[in-house]
Amino acid sequence: MAGAREIRTKIKSVANTRKVTSALQMVSASKIRKAQDLMHTSRPYALHMRNVVAHIAQASPDYQHPALREREVKRVCYLVVSTDRGLCGGLNANLFRKVLADIQTWQQKGVGVEIIAIGQKAAQFFRRIKVDLVGTLTHLGDHPRLEKLIGVMKIADDGFMQGKIDRVYLCYNQFVNTMTQRATVDVLLPLPAVAEEIKTGEGDELHPASGDAKVERATSWDYLYEPDAETVIRHVLNRYFEAMVYHATLENLASEHAARMVAMKAASDNATKAIDTLTLVYNKARQAAITQEISEIVGGAAAVGG
Amino acid sequence: MATIRCDIVSAEANIFHGEAALVIASGEAGELGIAPRHEPLLTRLKPGQVEVIGEDGKRQSYYVSGGILEVQPNVVTVLADTALRADEIDEAAVKRAKEEAERMLENRGDAKTVKQAQEQLTQALAQLSALERLRKNLQH
Repeated sequence: MAGAREIRTKIKSVANTRKVTSALQMVSASKIRKAQDLMHTSRPYALHMRNVVAHIAQASPDYQHPALREREVKRVCYLVVSTDRGLCGGLNANLFRKVLADIQTWQQKGVGVEIIAIGQKAAQFFRRIKVDLVGTLTHLGDHPRLEKLIGVMKIADDGFMQGKIDRVYLCYNQFVNTMTQRATVDVLLPLPAVAEEIKTGEGDELHPASGDAKVERATSWDYLYEPDAETVIRHVLNRYFEAMVYHATLENLASEHAARMVAMKAASDNATKAIDTLTLVYNKARQAAITQEISEIVGGAAAVGG
Repeated sequence: MATIRCDIVSAEANIFHGEAALVIASGEAGELGIAPRHEPLLTRLKPGQVEVIGEDGKRQSYYVSGGILEVQPNVVTVLADTALRADEIDEAAVKRAKEEAERMLENRGDAKTVKQAQEQLTQALAQLSALERLRKNLQH
C-alpha cells in the first residue's frame, strides 16, 4: 500500500497547485477588463500625438531643438516596460529576446547601450546582463500613474538633451487581443526617426500603415507657431514623451493580464489532466494491492486446510 | 461646402471625430477660427471651449482644460488635456470650484497656493462660459 499512499499525496499537491493557478486566472480575468478600458481610452491620444510630432519633424522651423536633428548614433537608450510579477507565460521573455537582439546589433557596431527598466522583471533581467542599467522603476500597480513615471522619463530626456544619448527607444508588449500580445520596439527620439518609422508602418492598430504622417511635400514648409516656435515645440515634446511612456505602461498592463489569464488557464487544465492520470494510477495500485492480499489469504488457507 | 477633418482626443477618451466647416478654439495668443485650407498651425490651448461647426451648421462645443492644437492642410487635431462635452459640465460643481478658488485667493497663502488658486479660477470661469454659450445656442 506504500505506493498508493505516495500517489495520494501527489494528487493532493497537484490539486492545491490547481487551486492557486485557477485563482490567479480569475483575478486576471477580472482585472483585464479595466486594464483594457484604460488602454483603449489612451490609444487615440498616443496615436495622434505620434502623428503630430512626426509632422513637426518634417516641418522646418527656425528654432533648432535637439530632438529635431538626427545625430550620429554613439549611444542609445532603451526604456523597457515589463511586468512586476511573473506567471504570465512568455510575455516578458519574448520582449527581452527582441530587445537583446537589438542591443547586440548596436554593440557590434560599437554603440553603447543604456537601459531604463520599468517593472520588476526587466530590472532583474537587465541587472544580470552586461549593459548599463541607468534607471529602474518598479511596483506601478494596477493603475499606473503618470507622476510615478516622470523620474525615469527625465533620465532619458536629460540624457538626450545633453547629447549623452543619441536615440531613445521604447519597448513594451502591445495588446492585440487576449490571445496575442506583440513585443514592440518603438523609436521615441529623435523625431525624424519617428517619422521614418511611421512611414514604414507595420499596419497594426498603433502603427497604421497609412498614417496621416505620410505628408510628402516637395517644398519645405513650416507651421505658424503661437506664441512662438520654442515654447510650443518644447511643450509638445514634453507631452509627447509623457503620453508615449504612459501609454506603453497601459498596453503592457493589459498584455500582462491577458497573458497571465491564458497561461494560468493552461496550467489549470494541465493540473486537471495530471490529476486524472494520477487517479488512474492510484486505483490500479489499490486494486493490485487488494488482489495480492486476497491471493495471499487464499494461498494461506489452502496451505492450512491442505 | 468645403470641410476639414477634425479630431478631438484627450488622454481619457476619443471625443470627436468628423468633418467640420469651422473649428473655433481659444489658443494661447487669442481666439482661433479654423476653416478648411487654413495654414499649418501649432499652438497651445487655453482652458476654454472648442466649438465644432458641422457642414449643416450644427454646433457642438467641448470644454478643454488646455492642450495642443495642430492644423494640417486637411486635418485639425486637438490633443486635449481633459475634454468634456459642454452639456456634461455640472454647473453646481463648477460654481463651487469657483467660489473655492476665490476664497483661496482672498486669504492669500504662499505663492504656490495662489498660483494654484488662479489656475482653478481660470478653469472654473472657462467652464462657466462654455456652459453659458451652450445655453445661448440652445435658445436660438
